[in-house]
Amino acid sequence: MKTKRILSQEDIKRTLTRLTHQILEKKTSSDGVVLIGIQTRGVHLAQRIQTIIREIEGIKVPLGALDITLYRDDLTTVGSSPVVKKTKINFDLNDKEVILIDDVLFTGRTVRAALDEIMDFGRPKSIELLVMIDRGHRELPIRADYVGKNIPTSAKEQIEVRLKEIDEQDEVVIIEKQ
Amino acid sequence: MQIFKRKDLLGLEELSKEEIEEILFTAESFKEVSTREIKKVPALRGKTVVNLFYEPSTRTRVSFEVAAKRLSADVINVSIETSSVKKGETLIDTGKNIEALKADIIVIRHGSSGAPAMLARHLKANVVNAGDGWHEHPTQALLDIFTLKEKKGKIKDLKVSIIGDIAHSRVARSNIWGLTKLGAQVKVCAPKMLIPPGIEKMGVKITNDIENALNDADAVNILRMQFERDEKAAFPQELEYFKTFGVTEERLEKAKKDIIIMHPGPINRGIEISSAVADGERSVILEQVTNGIAVRMAVLFLVSQSQEQNHEDHN
Repeated sequence: MKTKRILSQEDIKRTLTRLTHQILEKKTSSDGVVLIGIQTRGVHLAQRIQTIIREIEGIKVPLGALDITLYRDDLTTVGSSPVVKKTKINFDLNDKEVILIDDVLFTGRTVRAALDEIMDFGRPKSIELLVMIDRGHRELPIRADYVGKNIPTSAKEQIEVRLKEIDEQDEVVIIEKQ
Repeated sequence: MQIFKRKDLLGLEELSKEEIEEILFTAESFKEVSTREIKKVPALRGKTVVNLFYEPSTRTRVSFEVAAKRLSADVINVSIETSSVKKGETLIDTGKNIEALKADIIVIRHGSSGAPAMLARHLKANVVNAGDGWHEHPTQALLDIFTLKEKKGKIKDLKVSIIGDIAHSRVARSNIWGLTKLGAQVKVCAPKMLIPPGIEKMGVKITNDIENALNDADAVNILRMQFERDEKAAFPQELEYFKTFGVTEERLEKAKKDIIIMHPGPINRGIEISSAVADGERSVILEQVTNGIAVRMAVLFLVSQSQEQNHEDHN
């Protein structure tokens, strides 16, 4: 197994700052903007973005967590048996501008599940997608609105976004499986 | 990956501490679903759950039905009067017939201990025990433990007293298995004739004194006195029971201030519990009902997932 680091802690910090500025530039106002992170690392990224928005705008935008396990399309396939984590959206989603946040965009199936789940909470004005890494290989017509870094990968490779909230340190690595 | 990999949930006796904890953790996630505007997730879409009840039950059946529906499963309720002859044969035949309808999960309540286990051995469908004889009622105990954990933040080292007809109670047995595995100190309290011999081997203390059961307890689980189950003569009179073992405000005066009062329901006001206690601040009886849905959703989901692994093994 070969591991190569693509982004360092400093890179991740700068990327998140840029992505946050992109959101704010596009929105003209953070009014009505809500962040929803996909469990687990998407939630931590969303928290960091919430902090950066507060530093820039002085406003604490609402933050929710989404666990998409129960909406997966592979629950009935062999050997998935995922662990169900918590969904926590303590605010009204109707007419909100949702920024959906995840660490890696790959097949697009997680995002499809997240969109379905969000719709069960209400009717947002819009939903945009922010990902740290877009590694390609989409299986559904889904694209991200804000991308930290595009990394073309092969099927043998695996991308890991590591965040110090749960991992040892901040970094993005590419792992090549033998 | 899931720790719980069983095809069936038959009782808490055979579960590890880790498996019980995973069910409780999963139930925490499922509790949120019932607070949504659309109280439904697609996890068991296309699956069929059959509630096969050989004993009358409203609350457990309704709870399982609501749980299955909130997971988007299709639910069929089958109530069967227990026929006294050839019970075993009939049960398996019934089970096979239900399975032939392509049922994925069978939730069974039966008057005979071990009936769900027998069904589970003969069927590929997942089997969930909703109460069998005096043996176990695992989902009731899991929801009791879930509620207790939610209120107290932990189970380990809690002092829990179970009061009532211990001898004939599957709820008591499942609670004792679950609570002791998670490190709680369990005490059972009942008239001598309602304490089954050898119960101390399950790791519980025994008392015949209600004050002793209440005094240092963090929680009490008050069982329904089922006077209709046995010859009435074997039990003290109802009023006599209330006088000696009924949980009342007066008796709770000496108890811990934050003691919580649980009861699996339906309650007999004025027999095992006074109305004031049942409706009082320390009572979590209705929260138990709400939590029951989350716990049963978790159980249905977890067994349905493990079935897929079985298929994998067979391939």
